[in-house]
Amino acid sequence: MSDAIVIGAGIIGASCAHALALAGLSVRVVDAGLPAATAAGMGHLVSLDGNAAELALCSDSLTRWRALAPSLPASGAYHRCGTLWLAENEDDLATADDKRAALAMAGIGSELINPTRLAALEPLLRPGLSGALRVESDAILYAPRVADWLLESVGITLERAQVAALEDQKVYLADGRRLGAQVIVLAAGLQAGALLEGLPIAAKKGHLLITDRYPGRISHQLVELGYGASAHSGQGTSVAFNLQARPTGQLLIGSTRQFDTLDPCVEPALLARMLERARGYLPALGELNAIRAWTGFRAATPDGLPIIGRHPEREGLWLALGHEGLGVTTAPSTAALIRAEVLGEHPPLDPLPYRFERFQASAPAAAEGRR
Amino acid sequence: MIRLILDGEALVLPEGTSVAAALAASGDDHARSDLAGRPRAPFCGMGICQECRVCIDGRRRLACVTLIREGMKVERTR
Ligand SMILES: Cc1cc2nc3c(=O)[nH]c(=O)nc-3n(C[C@H](O)[C@H](O)[C@H](O)COP(=O)(O)OP(=O)(O)OC[C@H]3O[C@@H](n4cnc5c(N)ncnc54)[C@H](O)[C@@H]3O)c2cc1C
Ligand code: FES
Repeated sequence: MSDAIVIGAGIIGASCAHALALAGLSVRVVDAGLPAATAAGMGHLVSLDGNAAELALCSDSLTRWRALAPSLPASGAYHRCGTLWLAENEDDLATADDKRAALAMAGIGSELINPTRLAALEPLLRPGLSGALRVESDAILYAPRVADWLLESVGITLERAQVAALEDQKVYLADGRRLGAQVIVLAAGLQAGALLEGLPIAAKKGHLLITDRYPGRISHQLVELGYGASAHSGQGTSVAFNLQARPTGQLLIGSTRQFDTLDPCVEPALLARMLERARGYLPALGELNAIRAWTGFRAATPDGLPIIGRHPEREGLWLALGHEGLGVTTAPSTAALIRAEVLGEHPPLDPLPYRFERFQASAPAAAEGRR
Repeated sequence: MIRLILDGEALVLPEGTSVAAALAASGDDHARSDLAGRPRAPFCGMGICQECRVCIDGRRRLACVTLIREGMKVERTR
């Protein structure tokens, strides 16, 4: 019998399993091999400041990723490329400056870049942009490989199986077996709702497209300043420019956000909108050859923050899910919060804003700890 | 007959030949190399697998869905 069972081997489950194993627990990870956000996503480790709790989680996590970086395998493709938040006009520049101030409060350095310097940093950007905010500490990584690597740690057993039902300190597998453990961590992403009723999680579909290899053309992750607004909008379909230079020289282009669909098909009209938007920033993209487009689903909560911590009613059950478009970034702090609570240690950051209780009817102010 | 240049060497082939077929006709069917430098060749022959990416007149194209044209310059990509 293991001390802990983690359901889900995406970047969140893998990080939690790794943290618990490092604390000396024996951990069994059960994963059904269902379509996962970790395999679909972009792997941008980014400091978002939609609210204080989001920024706190990002900032703590980025520090943890930096500490882990030297031990990651080369295939994990960690690269501290930095982010350039692109400003199209004076309003965007004002947004950039607000962002700079918010990041500074969290101890994250960033600087405003004028158009001349921007053109020198990224010569392929169209002329006429108003400038950018450069966040040097942001990075990228290849999350599916990093998740696998985290699961190779001593003390972890990985099993390919589907959990069919969840009871206090027990899981029932689809093949009929029953496993027990003191601690169960539910990190099953979007599919967690099938195992636990009442989780306020909605699917947000996203498209991505990747080009052939064109090394040396782009060096930062490029994001339009309107991205934050698009990322945090609670409804409707939106498109925002987001581009990453993979270490292979491929350009990974995003992104779209859609509610109310679970159909994984690539939608050509929406993909065209996304690429048109990207070409508005990088005209040279029109000359490049795309080799694949795909979609993935983010697991979104109503307030955009993940659900991390002990389930208020279920014995021995911890939740680590609902990370939306930021789960790769925030996986290490999610795991650190879970570890601290499981072991009764002092939490690395204020856990309240991420607790499941905020969605329960009797909860006080749902947005406690947020600004 | 149509004359094209493949990696600097002239090839003469019938009209209607695909660039993928031209690669094969040259005696070395590989289109490109992967990141580790291993050769990759056309596979699906219908524009799906993306294995046959070559550079045609300066642009990255799929060899299997492109027909040869007079004076076309084809380069295997690295
Ligand atoms: C298009 C797109 C772009 C993104 N870009 C970024 C980005 O740039 N930066 C960033 O930080 N984040 C990004 N994200 C978000 C990030 O990918 C996710 O937040 C993160 O991968 C969530 O990880 P997870 O482990 O919670 O879930 P998942 O990766 O979905 O893993 C859940 C796992 O649980 C397993 N499972 C489910 N049900 C069961 C069951 N009953 N029994 C057993 N196993 C089960 C599944 O098989 C799956 O492997 C993006 C997401 C998308 C879709
Ligand atoms: S051989 Fe598959 S795309 Fe050309």
